[in-house]
Amino acid sequence: MAKKMRCEGCTRKPVATEVTVKNGEKVEISYCDQCVGELGIGVKSHAPINELISKVVISQATGGGQQGTQVLACESCGMTFAAFRKSGLLGCSECYVAFESQLGPLIERAHEGGTHHVGKIPGRAGPSYDRQERLAGLRRQLTDAISAEQFERAASLRDQIRAFEDGDIDEVDG
Amino acid sequence: MSPFRTDAAAEWLRAGGPDGDVVVSSRVRLARNFAGLPFPNKAKRIERVQILELAERHILACGVASEMAWVDLNALTPLDCAVLVERHLISKQHSKGDLPRALAVSSPDERLAIMVNEEDHLRLQAMRSGLALTDAFCQVNDADDRLEAHTDFAYSPRFGYLTACPTNIGTGIRVSVMLHLPGLRLAGELEKVRRAAKAMNLAVRGFYGEGSEAVGDFFQISNQSTLGKSESQLLEDFEHNVIPRVIEYERLARKTLSERKRILLEDQVHRAVGTLTHARLLKTDEAMQALSLARLGIVTGTIDEIELGRVNQLILLTQPAHLQKVFGRDMDQATRRSERATLVRSYLSGEGDARLN
Repeated sequence: MAKKMRCEGCTRKPVATEVTVKNGEKVEISYCDQCVGELGIGVKSHAPINELISKVVISQATGGGQQGTQVLACESCGMTFAAFRKSGLLGCSECYVAFESQLGPLIERAHEGGTHHVGKIPGRAGPSYDRQERLAGLRRQLTDAISAEQFERAASLRDQIRAFEDGDIDEVDG
Repeated sequence: MSPFRTDAAAEWLRAGGPDGDVVVSSRVRLARNFAGLPFPNKAKRIERVQILELAERHILACGVASEMAWVDLNALTPLDCAVLVERHLISKQHSKGDLPRALAVSSPDERLAIMVNEEDHLRLQAMRSGLALTDAFCQVNDADDRLEAHTDFAYSPRFGYLTACPTNIGTGIRVSVMLHLPGLRLAGELEKVRRAAKAMNLAVRGFYGEGSEAVGDFFQISNQSTLGKSESQLLEDFEHNVIPRVIEYERLARKTLSERKRILLEDQVHRAVGTLTHARLLKTDEAMQALSLARLGIVTGTIDEIELGRVNQLILLTQPAHLQKVFGRDMDQATRRSERATLVRSYLSGEGDARLN
C-alpha cells in the first residue's frame, strides 16, 4: 500500500520510474537521480558521470549540515568548500590538504570504500610533498612576475624551475 | 596533418583487433596534473598558458611517440574540432570555448592522444582496435613515465595522483572498452548486462561516452573508482574477467539467433543492407543502426558481399563533421542526409574510394 518508494540501485529517494514487463507481469522500477543516469533509463542523461557522482558526494556533504564548512577555503588557490560542493571540482592539489577531513568520507563513498592509494608511485617525488611545495612556490612567483610584467625576473624564475625539474639543483632559494 | 584525415578509419575502427567481432576498441586513460599549478578550472589565463607551454615542451621533447602533432584547439574551426570529437581524440567539453587548450596526438596512427587543459592538465589516452587493454596501458604508462622523468606531477601518498575531480584520484586511470552488442539487444538481454555492470560499479555509456545515447548497439563499459585498486588489478579484472563474460554472452546470443531465429536475423540484416544500398536520405542515427546490423550480418556470416573494414569506415565517415570534411563543404542537415546516403551507396558499391583520395 503506502510502501515507501526506494531506488532500485541504492535505496535512495527515487526521481524516475521505469515500467517494464517481467515474466509477463508489468513491473515498476524506480531509480534515484544518480542511478537513473548510470543505467541510462527513463530520462535522458546528458550530465557527465563525474557530475552525477559529485552530486552524491555533494549531497552527502550537505547532509552533514555543518555550518562551519561555508567559510572553509583553500589558502593556496582560494577555492571554498562551498564552491566545490557546487561544481564538484577542486581548485588545486592543496585543496586535498585544506579539505582533507571533509573529503575523506566523500572519497571513500565514491571509490567503493577505497581510502588510500594503491598502485603506481611517481619515481622522482612520490612520497614527499616537499618538492611539490617548493615547485608550487616558484610557479606562483613566476605567475606574479608575468602579471607584473617583470620579464627578467620571470625569465630567471623559469630557468630555476627548469633546473629544479631536471634535478640539477636540490635547493632553490626563492 | 592527422586531425584532418578523413581518408582512413581511426585506429579504434580498424577491423581485425583481438575479439573484434564484439570488441570495437580498447582505451586506457590517465589523468595527471603538474605539481604547483592550479587545476584548469581554477587557473588564470596566464596560468593556463603556462600549463600549455609546459605540456608542449615536455610532450614534444620526451619521445612519447615517434611523431607527435601539437594542435592548438583555438586555432581550429568548429568543424575541425568536431572532427576530433568524432575521432574520439578529444571530448566534447574540450572542443568548446576559447580558453587556452590543446591536443597532442601521435601521427599518423592516432593511438596516443593527450588533451591539455581539459578537466585536468593532462589526460593521456591510448587506443587500440579490439580487446587490447594491456597493450594500450603499456603505451600510456610509458608516456607517463617519460613525462614524469622531466616534470613533477601532483601526488599525495594517501590519495595518489591528484585530480580536479575527487572521483579520479588514486591511479587516475579509466579503462574502457567499446562493445558492439546487437545480439544481446535483439535477444532482449541488454538490461542484464547493464545490471551486472552496475553491480560491479562499472559505467555503461553510449558511442560518444559521457552523456551520449547508445546508438547502433555500441556501448562503452568503464571503471568508475580509481582509489584503492592498482592499475594491474583493474586491468586484469577487465581483460580476463568482466569483458570476456560479456563477449561470451553476446556470442551466445548471436549463435542462438542464427540457429533458432535465422529468419529474424536475416530479415534484420538484409533490411539494413537494403537501407544502406538504396536509401536516398539517411539520418546519422539511422545510418549507424543500419551499419550496426550490417556488421552483425558480416560477423555471423549472414552476408558476405560487404567487408567489415568498409562498414567500420562508414561508421566514422557518416558522422556529421566527417561527412562535411569528405565533401569539403559546410552542409545543412537536409543536405547532409542526402549526401550521407550518396556516400554510403557509392562506398558500398566500391566507387567511394576515388572520392576519398
